[in-house]
Amino acid sequence: MPILIDASTRVLVQGITGREGSFHTRQMQAYGTRVVAGVVPGRGGGESLGVPIFDTVAEAVAGTGADTAFTIVPPPFAADAVIEAAAVGLRLGVCVTEGIPVLDMVRATAFVAGTTMRLIGPNCPGVMTPGQSKIGFIPNHVGRPGRVGVVARSGTLTYEVIQGLSEAGYGETTAVGIGGDPVLGSTFVDILPLFAADPATHAVVLVGEIGGSDEERAAEWIRSSGFDRPVIAFISGRTAPPGKRMGHAGAIISGTTGSAQGKIDALSAAGADVAGTIEDVVRLVGARLAP
Amino acid sequence: MTVKLLEYQAKRQFARVGIEVPPGRLARTPDEAAAAARELGRVAVKAQVPIGGRGKAGGIAVVDTPEEAHREAARILALEIRGYPVRSVWCEAGLEIAHELYLGITLDRDRRRLALILSAAGGMEIEEVAATSPERIATLWPDPFAGPWPFQVRELAFSALAHAPALAEARGRLASALVPLAQTLYRLAVDLDAVTCEINPLALTADGRLVAADGKLEVDENAEYRHQELAAELALDLEGGDGRTGEDPFEAEAKRRGLTYVHLPGGTIGCIGNGAGLVMNTLDLVQQVGGRPNNFLDVGGGASAEKVRSSLAMVLSDPDVRGVFINIFGGITRGDEVARGIVQARDELGITLPLVVRMTGTNEEEGRRILAEAGIVPGTSAPEAARTIVELVEGAR
Repeated sequence: MPILIDASTRVLVQGITGREGSFHTRQMQAYGTRVVAGVVPGRGGGESLGVPIFDTVAEAVAGTGADTAFTIVPPPFAADAVIEAAAVGLRLGVCVTEGIPVLDMVRATAFVAGTTMRLIGPNCPGVMTPGQSKIGFIPNHVGRPGRVGVVARSGTLTYEVIQGLSEAGYGETTAVGIGGDPVLGSTFVDILPLFAADPATHAVVLVGEIGGSDEERAAEWIRSSGFDRPVIAFISGRTAPPGKRMGHAGAIISGTTGSAQGKIDALSAAGADVAGTIEDVVRLVGARLAP
Repeated sequence: MTVKLLEYQAKRQFARVGIEVPPGRLARTPDEAAAAARELGRVAVKAQVPIGGRGKAGGIAVVDTPEEAHREAARILALEIRGYPVRSVWCEAGLEIAHELYLGITLDRDRRRLALILSAAGGMEIEEVAATSPERIATLWPDPFAGPWPFQVRELAFSALAHAPALAEARGRLASALVPLAQTLYRLAVDLDAVTCEINPLALTADGRLVAADGKLEVDENAEYRHQELAAELALDLEGGDGRTGEDPFEAEAKRRGLTYVHLPGGTIGCIGNGAGLVMNTLDLVQQVGGRPNNFLDVGGGASAEKVRSSLAMVLSDPDVRGVFINIFGGITRGDEVARGIVQARDELGITLPLVVRMTGTNEEEGRRILAEAGIVPGTSAPEAARTIVELVEGAR
């Protein structure tokens, strides 16, 4: 049983006619994703990649029953596109746009919080439920249906983990790339409970990186919720030089969180196995999964 | 990524919105500093570098005469503070400070909001105060659509001032004065797309005014497109010789080329990849097998052949680089595009140094075919490729 998306998910694409938008929509169609509409203001009534185009999300939903938005529009327009999708009442939004001004996302996430929509991203590789549906950039050939849930901040490391798990024969229930921006629609603590509610997910791989405190909060969640399945974690950026920062405000807010070692310690203390390399992740999953 | 403004640039923004700052003059030479002291009298001569701790590093001097200003400016302009050469000093009239407060705004990623922070314990030790006596720091997370309400700022003020007995009597008047100041600062942060906007210390003067004695502003590069005026101002300062942030020359060049690059001087292996996490992991892998990475270069999502070519040229501009490891896992980035860029760059730049490419993901077959036809053998395993480049580089020494 997957989380977030499955074969029945009906996707509308905001930005379907753009260079990246059309390329990745075509990849998604080839994967089997049910793309039902495109939204491009001013081009309603047309057609692209075999699906009708609408001027607004509201019209696309009324016309096709779309329940999920794939947002792939340039940064100046992305936050507004996310807000439009949330305002119409979609169930899920996946925004892959990189380079959105962070205060735009502060406003967009505040708006989304008052709606029924769950937002993944921005600046994320998207979501894949192998064999059923994918939204975003995750390469079509890497996934394979199976029993490991994947949640990761980095896009490319998401692909690495999926490929490793698939090649080893474990496969994935669903893989979620939550994105690398400072302000995200969903963080680890938003996704982990979904895997906890999915009996088909026998283990979870969590791929974090330096900066912020999402990994520390994930560790706290694992501890306090009594999550009963193995968590295998990997943190990238161990050898990265300490950032050159400025001012005191960030440190007042975040304290000592953010370093690779702090995250590794927090996750280990919560009972997660922390891998030294991405390759080790797959080995540790094998060691912890019941045959 | 963010752009860090220098103190005088931040204060120019404060003054523009009506936040009081002490009178001051920018000096790029000792003569200009002496002239500023003649005009303003007793001044503080302050190094303009985009990093904290300059006082402890000898970058601030208080002088009484133009001669002293000349001498101290000459000394400070010769300093390099934590890697940043001092290119200018800000000469500022002295203040009669009765009390130092702290007022700052920063992005709180956990709460997905800007945080407004106030403390009666301002000055350099504010981080220590935050760690040891967090009750002396008051924080507010304003509604992103409304900003801070006056009552919220008053609550913040009374909470922060409760820990400063010396200010007990003035607390009502101070809270009233802090309302417009905090609202103005918050509006400035939002208007400039700032992720840090800080007044520390916020000086309460002997005659009861609130003055920004120091300022830090850090703005979001993603929003640069809607801040043409600020960009133009900073470009003018740059022509004056300030350097945008007095940064590493390689990093400055990378910024001009529009590349996400962090220089690690002294390393021998250039590292290029797509995605911050993957590049960080690439550095980790190289280091784990005994190599020394020279840089972090993220070509980002959807990199074109041209961007890959420019990235290779960038990495190779440091003569310490003896080999390059390119690690691509295609998602939005397509293997064939990257491969074309690599081959083009090698031919145009005449690259003879070892080049190891690990490529997998979207359009990988086509990419690997292009590389193989050009005589570059692509690998599929990142740890293998890391070992190969380290052997090629270290073995060649």
